[in-house]
Amino acid sequence: MCHRWPMAARVAAGAIAALAFAAVARAQTPGGASWNPNIGLVLTGYYAQFSKERPFSLPGFALGEETGLGGSGFNLGESEITVYGNIDPYLYGSVNFSFAPEGGAGVEEAFLQTTALPAGFSLKFGRFFSGIGYVNGVHRHADDFFEPPLPYQALLGGQFGDDGVQARWVAPTNFLLEIGLERFRGASFPSGGAGDKGNGADAGFVKAGGDLGESASWLAGFSRLNARADGRTTGDASAPETSFSGDSRVDIASLVWKWAPAGNSASSNLKLQAEVMRREERGAYTLDPSGAAPTAVDFRGGNAGHQAGWYVQGRYQFLFRWRVALRQAEVKADAPKDPLAAGTLLGPAGRTPRLTSAMIEFDPSEFSQIRFQYSRDETQPGAAVNRWYLQYTITAGAHPAHTY
Amino acid sequence: MSFKALFLGLALAGVLAVLDPGAARAKVNVFACEPEWAALARELGGDFVSAQSATSGLQDPHHIEARPSLIARVRNADLVLCTGAELEVGWLPVLLLQSANPNIQPGTPGYLEAAAMVPLLEAPAQVDRAQGDVHAAGNPHIQTDPRNIARVAASLAQRFEQLDPSHAQDYAQRGADFSRRWAEASARWKAQAAPLKGVPVVVHHKDWTYLFAWLGIEEVGTLEPKPGVPPSTAHLNQLMAQLRAHPARMVIRGGYQDDRPSRFVAERMGIPAVALPFTIGGTPQATDLFRLFDDTLSRLLEPLR
Repeated sequence: MCHRWPMAARVAAGAIAALAFAAVARAQTPGGASWNPNIGLVLTGYYAQFSKERPFSLPGFALGEETGLGGSGFNLGESEITVYGNIDPYLYGSVNFSFAPEGGAGVEEAFLQTTALPAGFSLKFGRFFSGIGYVNGVHRHADDFFEPPLPYQALLGGQFGDDGVQARWVAPTNFLLEIGLERFRGASFPSGGAGDKGNGADAGFVKAGGDLGESASWLAGFSRLNARADGRTTGDASAPETSFSGDSRVDIASLVWKWAPAGNSASSNLKLQAEVMRREERGAYTLDPSGAAPTAVDFRGGNAGHQAGWYVQGRYQFLFRWRVALRQAEVKADAPKDPLAAGTLLGPAGRTPRLTSAMIEFDPSEFSQIRFQYSRDETQPGAAVNRWYLQYTITAGAHPAHTY
Repeated sequence: MSFKALFLGLALAGVLAVLDPGAARAKVNVFACEPEWAALARELGGDFVSAQSATSGLQDPHHIEARPSLIARVRNADLVLCTGAELEVGWLPVLLLQSANPNIQPGTPGYLEAAAMVPLLEAPAQVDRAQGDVHAAGNPHIQTDPRNIARVAASLAQRFEQLDPSHAQDYAQRGADFSRRWAEASARWKAQAAPLKGVPVVVHHKDWTYLFAWLGIEEVGTLEPKPGVPPSTAHLNQLMAQLRAHPARMVIRGGYQDDRPSRFVAERMGIPAVALPFTIGGTPQATDLFRLFDDTLSRLLEPLR
């Protein structure tokens, strides 16, 4: 999803970073109107140790580019600069520059959102994370675990965002009911190649939510993504030349429930979330296109490929600034009907990939976070791999308020 | 669910929106961030407004989830009435943006920040987060001084007149009536609180700056080492050493705060730990704005008897 920039752009981005620091150091003016636009910085990094080095792949899945479970030893995570604020009485704008540790900057999000349309309507346009699912719109640093949930990695390449437009309507009800429709360029996994003249992906979602008494609240959603793939290559290191052309449809059902004693989440609170996802792919996979005998695996008509996944996670804040969380995630690819797929990365290898993660987090302040995570990686045949992470995340300067 | 169904749904939503059943709604729908502003809206608006608070007196207004129900309530609001001064910076902006309600965005008549009507205390000369959760605009906990309530009431009455001109007369009348009753009560509270002048106290969080400025109570220490940073043993020991040399009369906390740190210090120092309502609903007795101050004063005066 990150589009790499040339050197000149990197220099420009460095200048923006310097500006951000200047803004952070600058005393804010009274009235809460402080600095317009707001500028914030997110820094992350981690140390990881694995019981075995094993490249990330999921049997039965041709993966997107930015998937994986991190590298061992010392690692810098993504560094981000976010600039946001109201542009004028009609528009809100936000841009998120992401700097990859190996160098290179990308525009993760850069969107405008209307604030003045009547009757509960709003439009969002530019580049942004789709509103599908629950975790999809959440920035990585705001999630409870080191890695995106396994089904998001397998079916959406971690997180689906692209260039496009979103129309959203909030119903005039006393509980939340919202409907959103999106049209994207179709350049990001699971779409690819910006098909249909740069109209390669459509998405839609319906979400509802409310309170359950004073202490609990909920949010449920159903989402669909229809993505067109034109020569979508896989980021899987084991088969980098595999490409897919065809249609990919992803359905997501999401449920989130939060609880805090008397609704006061400051000291202790509990959050449970679960999502179930399903993908259907119709088209053809081309294996080893530059080889002597390129193979096209048929996924058309009755041969359509089906993959699915789910995760369940719970997070409990047991003391002010102390949290524990547990996540169980599984994905499953049905064996392709075309016999040509047998023995390739598209074959499920008789194993349901599974990842179990547990973490404990301490926040020295509202602006910093230290996380220790253990993951049991049973994504591939053979013995489970144990993965340990020690990760920090800091947010300096202004930071957009977190969504539910 | 197919795409056509979704598009149809959105089209239907558009038709419903044009027919907007809410347009005929008689009452001014007020979304208050804190209970004291919901109560003030009810005092001034009577039957012409319906006001609900996003938070209760037992919730920490610094840390509120941007819950789906709150988005729905902001979506339907005619007026968003909040403290401001960055108190709600962690949750209100999300509600405003996601509500897609053009009538309550900052800068519109449907948005009112109470703190903007009040001279703020403790505005830091320099904002450095090494100092803890400091609010750049100043201390936002303005509702603990009744003179501030009066200032906000004057602006709110005008705002109601602007939003609902057909009842302008009623708002003006109710506003004048409230301001008279409030001035009488404030004079009574001030007289009642005379023994509190110069009394040294320790507080959990800097919640009471305005109350103390009004009554001349002397704040000699905080349980939090820095604003928003939870009390640590080291800091409490240091604080107690200071209190042995210069004793305080009581330890004060808000109804929404953990009672353990204040009881810990109070027991060791042999002074009472006092829980004040902080806002409406913070104690069972603080059921409206008048009782909020009645109860606050009776709880402060109790240890002096």
